Amino acid sequence: MTTTSKEVARVKQRGLSGQARLLGLVSRVRELGLLIVLLLIIVIVGIQAPRFLSINNFEQILLSVAILAIVAVGETLVVLARNVDLSVGSTVGFTAFVTAYFFKELPHANLLLGILLGCGLGLALGMVNGLIVSFGRVPSIVATLGTLYAYRGLVFIFAANTTSQVNASDVPTDYLALATTQIFGIPALILIAAVVAIIVGYFLRTSQSGRQLYAVGSNPEAAKMIGIRADRLIFAAFSASGLLCGLAGVLWGARFATVDATNATGLELQVIAAVVVGGVNIFGGSGTILGAMLGAIVLGTLENALNILNISQFWLQAIYGAAIIGAVMLDAFITRWLQRAIRTGRKRA
Amino acid sequence: MKKLASLLKTWEALLVVLLLVSILLGSLLSPYFLSGFNFYAITSNIMEIAIMALPMTLIIIVGEIDLSVASVLGLASVVLGFLWQRSNSMPLAIIVALLVGLVAGYFNGVLVTRLALPSLVITIGTLALFRGLAYVVLGDQAVSNFPTAFTNFGFSTIPGTELPWSGLIFAALVLIFAVVLHFSRLGRQLYAMGNNKEAARFAGINVARIKLALFILSGLLAALAGVIFTARFSSARPDNAVGFELEVVTVVLLGGVDIFGGRGTLPGVVLATFIVAILQNILGLKNISGDIQSLAIGLLLIVSVLGPNLARRIQVVVARRRLAVGSSKQV
Repeated sequence: MTTTSKEVARVKQRGLSGQARLLGLVSRVRELGLLIVLLLIIVIVGIQAPRFLSINNFEQILLSVAILAIVAVGETLVVLARNVDLSVGSTVGFTAFVTAYFFKELPHANLLLGILLGCGLGLALGMVNGLIVSFGRVPSIVATLGTLYAYRGLVFIFAANTTSQVNASDVPTDYLALATTQIFGIPALILIAAVVAIIVGYFLRTSQSGRQLYAVGSNPEAAKMIGIRADRLIFAAFSASGLLCGLAGVLWGARFATVDATNATGLELQVIAAVVVGGVNIFGGSGTILGAMLGAIVLGTLENALNILNISQFWLQAIYGAAIIGAVMLDAFITRWLQRAIRTGRKRA
Repeated sequence: MKKLASLLKTWEALLVVLLLVSILLGSLLSPYFLSGFNFYAITSNIMEIAIMALPMTLIIIVGEIDLSVASVLGLASVVLGFLWQRSNSMPLAIIVALLVGLVAGYFNGVLVTRLALPSLVITIGTLALFRGLAYVVLGDQAVSNFPTAFTNFGFSTIPGTELPWSGLIFAALVLIFAVVLHFSRLGRQLYAMGNNKEAARFAGINVARIKLALFILSGLLAALAGVIFTARFSSARPDNAVGFELEVVTVVLLGGVDIFGGRGTLPGVVLATFIVAILQNILGLKNISGDIQSLAIGLLLIVSVLGPNLARRIQVVVARRRLAVGSSKQV
């Protein structure tokens, strides 16, 4: 009797570690797949237009995805917890406008103060989303579809009462320098995005809350049963998404210099495309920051390639849509294949 | 107190009150509100949304969602303009535009049912895809030289009334949808699917086929709304009706349809449609821009789900307290 139960336990353990290995393998294969896609794009476009291959152009690509990448980090947290944040474009737009206006009105203000203002505003907007979703029990798709338009409306009200547009000449050069400074020859914008991604990625891998976020996303019921406070984590994920949108907004204002009330409209589609193309499962519970970053870079490279090959930019949105659908389909197939593999593995055991 | 509570429990009663309040508000705030022309303005402005809200009601009742409707509208509008420009045949252009909507809906439906993917994500994807295709077809161009017969259909009224022609189409559709949802076997099946998909399947309901049909219907009617929109503004542009999905979803949820499926009525949705139409009209009469109007719609969307949720929570808390008080009295 004891021997059999021990054996069963051992077999179970072996099965479990096998599953874990399989899951790890899949996420690595997914990221490797993205790298291969990236290389394919680079080779194919590079053959057609050699100037695509210059270091300068790669820097341009990274610069163009840096702000998107910061937003995608926050969106990843939300999607991992089996939710979605559609309001990111409006949050970025709002914080960019307010920060730029702040520097226009107070050109001698401390740079840090403006950055804190933008981040704080983003955090507040994210917290509102989090409150509505986790404590008001409104599905995130409805809540953030509402705030997508509500926050954009606030930008318009703010603009109507202040100024319709902030121009590059209105703001101090210190602020604009945020986007143009180079540290060790690398643009600060790229470094900031990388640092954000590394910090959040490390947190997700190693911290208790990070692991709990995965648990909430993969099985909310089970997570609740083992004592994880899903409400708080989801609230925190939305708050973090808002905070990172705020940071992205500050940088957006610095990079584009000229902002009006419509800036960053439609950003949410690009962000969601980057996240799901990067292998973050839209059903929650699996995916990595590294994947989301690769997703953003692949889409950014594609956009750059269209430009260089003189293909109309009008194709861009259709490509984003196709990328979202393709990635979700791929993930569904992988999940099904995994489930089958695990089931047959169990039978064999 | 009890009477009030039970009255509030019927969502439709609350909506009737809201509708009357908004009419009262409108007539107090603007002298133009109660004019015949303003009635025409209110109805014709909301008809595209109203038409798209009908299939959306059924789709949300079965527990799915279609966020791509506004993009289908845009794509159909652009196809209509493009074909009119190339072929000079309005009937051909309209038929193909409707077919495009049908195919778009079929595409959504197949992905959702055959591949068992969540409609939420798929239709976010197709929201981008269909809008993107609209840009691919027309670029930043617009087609506006439509024949007068077509544009007249867009902004003239039914003779002797202040009702736009699109209102007649909507009225006919409401009748059909109401009969199907509330007086037919299929209608009962839709509620069953939304309440418990597994049980519905075991009861012999072909869940996948019905869902596919609903998505096709949604695409087709979104295209019809595209034709009406194009006629009304006499303009086919790729950015036509951007963001209309917000209003469509708002109208349906404000109408009392449960976002998780299984509950909701068509009269509720129709009432909500006119409440939203009147609110927008009042804001417009007060010279408040469309972008700020969507702030109001966005808040309305959240409140229409948040409100009942909070009310339910308060009810639970109150009931618990009563229980606690009752048991302490007994002790």
